[in-house]
Amino acid sequence: MGEATPLWAPIALLGALCALGLAAAVLDAVLSGLPTASHPGDAVESPLRSGPLSAAGDPFREAARLLVQQRRRTSLADTLLVRVGVCGLLVVAVLAGVVLPLGDRPVADLAAGVVWFNAMEVGAWGALWLTGWGANSVYPLVGGYRFLAQGMAYELPHMFALITAALGAGSLRVGDVVAAQRGLWFAVWMPVAFAVYLVSALAMAFWGPMRGPVGPDIAGGVRAELSGPDRLLFQAGRHLLLAVVAAAAVPLFLGGGAGPLLPPWLWTSLKTAAVLALLVWSGRGLPTVRMDRFMWLSWLVLIPAALAQLLVVAVVVG
Amino acid sequence: MTAPPAAFWASAAFWGLAAVAVACGVAVFVVDSMARATFALLASLIAVGLSLLLIDLEYLGLVVILMMIMEMLVMAVFMIMYMMNPAGLMPMKMVHNNRGAALIAGTVFVLLASGVFLVPWPERTGTTPADPAHALGLSIMGPKMLVMMIVGVAILATMVSTTVLATDRGRRRGKGP
Repeated sequence: MGEATPLWAPIALLGALCALGLAAAVLDAVLSGLPTASHPGDAVESPLRSGPLSAAGDPFREAARLLVQQRRRTSLADTLLVRVGVCGLLVVAVLAGVVLPLGDRPVADLAAGVVWFNAMEVGAWGALWLTGWGANSVYPLVGGYRFLAQGMAYELPHMFALITAALGAGSLRVGDVVAAQRGLWFAVWMPVAFAVYLVSALAMAFWGPMRGPVGPDIAGGVRAELSGPDRLLFQAGRHLLLAVVAAAAVPLFLGGGAGPLLPPWLWTSLKTAAVLALLVWSGRGLPTVRMDRFMWLSWLVLIPAALAQLLVVAVVVG
Repeated sequence: MTAPPAAFWASAAFWGLAAVAVACGVAVFVVDSMARATFALLASLIAVGLSLLLIDLEYLGLVVILMMIMEMLVMAVFMIMYMMNPAGLMPMKMVHNNRGAALIAGTVFVLLASGVFLVPWPERTGTTPADPAHALGLSIMGPKMLVMMIVGVAILATMVSTTVLATDRGRRRGKGP
């Protein structure tokens, strides 16, 4: 384990994740003010706004509104399960981050850090389904099942992409994966695994083309009945989860804190921000993928491609 | 006053996790909704996974947690699907045939518990290996590693081909995704 983790490390992690999550929300709001290919009319829809810049304040206004909003209740809701789900989403996102090094070392330097990260991500399945189930309302339930039904189609390519990076380094420790990329970033010599990681990470964070569980076609899905502080917590958890999957791409595929001139923590932050911006943009720039199409894509394209990449890496390393 | 030794904390964590595992296991049969029962069972299994971390089986403990979360969630889908009352939130009971179940459960418990006292436990020889998960894997599968690897690939191939056969492309059948 080496020397003890300094006290500021968990605080720095929380601060960094919150800043990234907030940045994602602001960028998303700004993008929503711009016309895009899939939503050409979005810019016209909100006449109160003067432009994308004033949209940047929307997440703050929304957070303040939710803080004072009174809770809306549904009949016969399972409040305990909803609370576990809403808080759980936030908790697993933060816990997934503890194995990611911000500078030189992570908060918890686990020997099986990659497995820890994946286990915490999968915890988001439970959180999402509980939130959808507990409300005793049809649209949240549909949203929860949308996620769960795709669970394996999301998780298997994701797991193979993570394993490929670990295999390239010969270790499940995130720090070793970073160290193995001193010569060449994994994103460069295992591009298929990197691409599969990005797609499946978007899916695990139910963002972008895989926003089905919270899609507008089912009135917001899982979060349809959430109001007030519950909704604020859920939204925060969702943004933190996106931030953490973006942050994981950096030590796993983009060389971690390596880079000229700047200190490691700054490089890590810059790379994370770039990946996060790409993921957030995909939410506005790309249409939602229909569930059966993603099923087809995942099982017939992503999994075989990830396996082929795994084989190539195994041959090169072995 | 000196701080308690690490062994004290390890056994405190073990008994704490054991209590959580048993309490959540009991909760499975007490709660009146399938969703709550599923997640009580999940909490129990996570406590078991965490207790593996206490004997330095980090990889194994985390994999248990990872797999159990996925398994319990997939199970939730099927259990609720097959329930007599699919609404699930309505009161339901996890126990049926109370007398028979108590008899069977009691017998199994006595059998397993007596095993704890009757089995001659081996004395520990040597020290903890550098990578306990690696050593455990070798001692379980060592001579049969090739079979294990082939079985692993066969299972994955079965999963992929089952999905290929099951994927119905709807009105766009045969025209790609």
